Amino acid sequence: MKASTWGKPFTWFKAFAFAASLIPAARLVVGLFTGGLGANPVEFITHTTGTFALVFLMLTLAVTPLRRLTGYASLIRLRRMLGLFAFFYTCLHLSTFVVLDHFFDPAAILQDVFKRPYITAGSVGFLLMVPLALTSTAGWIRRLGGRRWQQLHRLVYFSAAAGVVHFLWLVKADLREPLIFAGVLALLLGYRLAVWRNAPWGKKRAARSGVSP
Amino acid sequence: MLIKRPADIKSSEITDKELYLNRRRFIQGASLGAAGLAAGLLAPGLLGPAGMAWGATKLDNVAKGKFATDEPWTPLKDITSYNNFYEFGTDKGDPKRHSGSLKTRPWTVEVEGEVHKPRTFDIEELLKMPLEERVYRLRCVEAWSMVIPWIGFELSHLIKAVEPTANAKYIQFVTLLDPEQMPGQRREILDWPYVEGLRMDEAMNPLTIMGVGLYGEVMPNQNGAPIRLVVPWKYGFKSAKSIVKIRFVEQEPPTSWNLAAPNEYGFYSNVNPTVNHPRWSQASERRIGDFFRRKTLMFNGYEEQVASLYKGMDLKKLY
Repeated sequence: MKASTWGKPFTWFKAFAFAASLIPAARLVVGLFTGGLGANPVEFITHTTGTFALVFLMLTLAVTPLRRLTGYASLIRLRRMLGLFAFFYTCLHLSTFVVLDHFFDPAAILQDVFKRPYITAGSVGFLLMVPLALTSTAGWIRRLGGRRWQQLHRLVYFSAAAGVVHFLWLVKADLREPLIFAGVLALLLGYRLAVWRNAPWGKKRAARSGVSP
Repeated sequence: MLIKRPADIKSSEITDKELYLNRRRFIQGASLGAAGLAAGLLAPGLLGPAGMAWGATKLDNVAKGKFATDEPWTPLKDITSYNNFYEFGTDKGDPKRHSGSLKTRPWTVEVEGEVHKPRTFDIEELLKMPLEERVYRLRCVEAWSMVIPWIGFELSHLIKAVEPTANAKYIQFVTLLDPEQMPGQRREILDWPYVEGLRMDEAMNPLTIMGVGLYGEVMPNQNGAPIRLVVPWKYGFKSAKSIVKIRFVEQEPPTSWNLAAPNEYGFYSNVNPTVNHPRWSQASERRIGDFFRRKTLMFNGYEEQVASLYKGMDLKKLY
């Protein structure tokens, strides 16, 4: 990240957000050395990194609605960072599964990915994030062109949905937490749908299909 | 992280009980002092003394029981801070956090149904049954496991005392229903009260015990005080906790997890590495305290004692 792309009054806030985003990971590292991760550290790390992957996906998706609703345009400068933190926690989550849970046992991992629907959903969510992380640089925005870049990055909607489904499918009986994520995601995507329907092209399409806006 | 060697020293020999209790008291005192300082930094409940009221009541006249595994015992701290007891919440730290409200005295267990001598046992009477220490493996359906030194008596003693009729084919176990004492019951996660069941021959098997304690002491609230079932060759949820009623019946009784998700949890729910949970594998498990997963054993390693109960049954269908 180049300092020149930061708006000046925003610099400190962004630095603060960056540091705050690292707290969950830092707590895991501290817990690992102090024995503060409970009886089943592998499970604790898996749950924590998975939860924060979803939290950062939701935060990333909240940037655009918040920016429009508050009129505080600078928020957009947080989006890439939040998105990359979502990817960061997803990578930690995935490596916990591969290294700590299965210790590189390819047979067990492949079986899980293809036979366990919740792991399939999680893998899809991760794979959809990879091109987004790779093309998150200014260079790639230029190379792809703003419009195409934006279209590509709409994949994040599907990635977030896959992440929520992954969570919903793995719990035993208490759906409360995954349903909270599902509700937040529905709000964030619903907002976009509403904007899209009110936009000129959206209106036209709605009128053509006979649906009142 | 620790990689454990097979046990050549019994873990009971490593730390004298009086020592670790003293140590725990010291740590508790110290952490109370530190709690003020640390409260802002640490997750709530990490240091809380709640749920630690237990620790004083030793059980007497406990014989060394049969079937003991010589694997190292799971530390008491892990047994009492990490388990499922949805009556106190769905997080595995919840039972310890929220079970302080459970009142285990007075406590009675009502025995009814297909028996010649139905009666209500007071918990003090049940504590006079021939108590034994049984060091069993416990395998949770979530693919983690522990080794727990239970104290209890064979369920068969209780069964014989009430003289089942010829119609008694199954036994149902009912957990306490009281949302006041069990805050988890205020939400409809399961259809409360929790019910479980065994076939009569499973209940009569010498491995099946009514647990009243662990680690030499009375049962901690969070582990199912004051009396619970322990069936070591079945997934943990079959071993109903804080039991208030035992009912002898003719038909296979409903069981809570089976009612909640019939395609995932069957009546039998024997530990079986060849029959996967529809959503995850049961082939291996993580022993609490270990880094590497280990292979799950058929009937949780109690094949010799129980395989004959299921001769001719298709365990893929009757999971």
